[in-house]
Amino acid sequence: MSAPLETGRRVRIVVAKPGLDGHDQGAKVVVRALMDAGFEVIYTGLRQTPESIAQIALEEDVDVIALSSMAGSHLPFCAKLKPLLEKVGLTDKLWIIGGNLPAQDQAQLRELGFKGIFPTGSKLTDIVGYIRENVR
Amino acid sequence: MNAREDPALPPLINESGIEIKPLYTSADIEASGGAAMIGLPGEYPFTRGIHPLMFRKRPWTMRQYTGFGNASDTNQRFHYLIANGQTGLNVAFDLPTQIGLDSDDPLAEGEVGRVGMAVDTLRDFEVAFDGIDLDRITVSLTINGAAAILIAMYLAMAQKRGYDVKRLRGTAQNDILKEFVGRGTWVFPVEPSLKLVGDTIEYCAKEAPKYTPVSVCGYHIRESGATPAQEIAYAFCIARAYADEAIKRGLGVDEFAGRLSYNFNIFGNIFEQVAKFRAARGLWAKIMKEQYGARDPASMLMRMIAGGGGSGLTLEQPELNIVRGAYYGLISALSGAQTMALCCFDEAYTIPTEYAQRISLRTMQLLIEEMGLCDTVDPLAGSYYLETLTNQMRTKIETIIADVDARGGIVKLIAEGRIQAEVSARAYERQQALEAGTFRKVGVNCYRIDEEKGKVAFHPHNEDDARAQVAALSRARAERDQASVQRTLGRVRADAEAGVNLMPAIIEAVKAYASVGEITKELVGVYGRYREPIRF
Repeated sequence: MSAPLETGRRVRIVVAKPGLDGHDQGAKVVVRALMDAGFEVIYTGLRQTPESIAQIALEEDVDVIALSSMAGSHLPFCAKLKPLLEKVGLTDKLWIIGGNLPAQDQAQLRELGFKGIFPTGSKLTDIVGYIRENVR
Repeated sequence: MNAREDPALPPLINESGIEIKPLYTSADIEASGGAAMIGLPGEYPFTRGIHPLMFRKRPWTMRQYTGFGNASDTNQRFHYLIANGQTGLNVAFDLPTQIGLDSDDPLAEGEVGRVGMAVDTLRDFEVAFDGIDLDRITVSLTINGAAAILIAMYLAMAQKRGYDVKRLRGTAQNDILKEFVGRGTWVFPVEPSLKLVGDTIEYCAKEAPKYTPVSVCGYHIRESGATPAQEIAYAFCIARAYADEAIKRGLGVDEFAGRLSYNFNIFGNIFEQVAKFRAARGLWAKIMKEQYGARDPASMLMRMIAGGGGSGLTLEQPELNIVRGAYYGLISALSGAQTMALCCFDEAYTIPTEYAQRISLRTMQLLIEEMGLCDTVDPLAGSYYLETLTNQMRTKIETIIADVDARGGIVKLIAEGRIQAEVSARAYERQQALEAGTFRKVGVNCYRIDEEKGKVAFHPHNEDDARAQVAALSRARAERDQASVQRTLGRVRADAEAGVNLMPAIIEAVKAYASVGEITKELVGVYGRYREPIRF
């Protein structure tokens, strides 16, 4: 099953591991689910800086920028990433984040532009469904 | 009707892929390989335990995983745990320390002191272990990518405090191969990483013979998705890779094998876990004796820490994690673990609070004091079910090991990303089964309730601690003798280029208060950095 945009092109998603966190089980599971759902997925691997994520997102011409953060540094990281994504003109893309994201941080993440928030325990089907409904 | 032959019963397969029957008899033990591997505790093949009297003589060491903020925060928590009856320490380091970055490195921003204690120089170790009797309380360092440096720091700190390094006990995790599979705190490419582990084993065998330089971790491979049988099989393959590295240096197997240890996961079916550990003990003894020619029984012992299993815990109904922790402790005790570190109930959310740590500690104390877990050795031995399953798990593990060997060995398969792909495929299957409701998780896909969010208290991350750490690093840099820092760092680089054992040079550098980041930079200059193979 493919997941085409209105243009007929398949949706392209970068799944990135921000910062120094090495917990990639969840990110890799999400990558597999997105591939099975028919999306084109670029997985960055670990230790991405805000700069490298912005660059990969731009160069790969992605429709969705997805972060997976397990070690607690999501707020400072996203605060650094936001202006870089804005600078390279990726504000119209869908920004989503998953991982160990405490309830009290979620409003701030939304303010930072991360509209889709998927804390630990989220279902793969919900992530796939959210992207299908919200990607442009 | 005979329960074993009821056609209405759907087949039941455990996580490792073994079919579980509704009833076992002595015939099943015979059919699965017989009783030859059971033996007696303290005797080859050690299936029943590595000591003759096990907990009857001495209960397991209680060693909760702890560390956050800076050395002084962590030192306070250490003293709290020791005051509450803990008998060992298990140190958590922050991510910059784990991957060899100083606290003032731009890449460390936002991560200093967050998931563990920040360490830059020997000064931090002096503060962290202040007031702790290193003869009475053994210390385990959960460090991998930067392990050679932190082992050097520990030995230097102990020496400065007057301990005889020849008699010093303690453990470093120092299992870099599993970091490439799960956990991800690698620094250097696979080959030089393996070389550094070899350096620590060789150095300790000669200079710190009571110190355990490696704790091979099936734990994180299991957390990344592996089955219990894969967990043991991959860990044994990795341990053999370290043993081969040590033997390449000219060490005899009995000179180092007795100081290897293991760290295993406990989450899952109780009987599968207990059988897993009993099977593994027998198999490791057999591998060391038959493949490596070990003669000293100490070389054949699978010593282990167990009791953790983060994947088994849930965000939902977190108080249930206290109950899960109690079962983890039970499994660990029934499995004859040397050391126990229980996951805390709030660990699915945050760094455990003092309260959560104390509950975990009390859980272990309950098992020792009230539940009779120390009364007799290997109490489940002789059960038709357990002995059959132990035989079957051993066969399963042996099959996986043979497959790894046939495909070119663990080092090659890890370098190519193949073990990682296999393990993450299993994690994906498990997640799908969880969502389909076939892999049951109480509070997650059954027996759910409406819960208020955020009822678990979070460990506060304090950016002031990070700033204080950076300031302390500047002070340490200003106070040290710059000439000896430059000279010792130069020797680290020269020794890395020459390919000789790096431990003497690193110990000299940490004693001169060279930092974790500075020493790592010299090594990266020679070895380069690991590049992750992306394979699905």
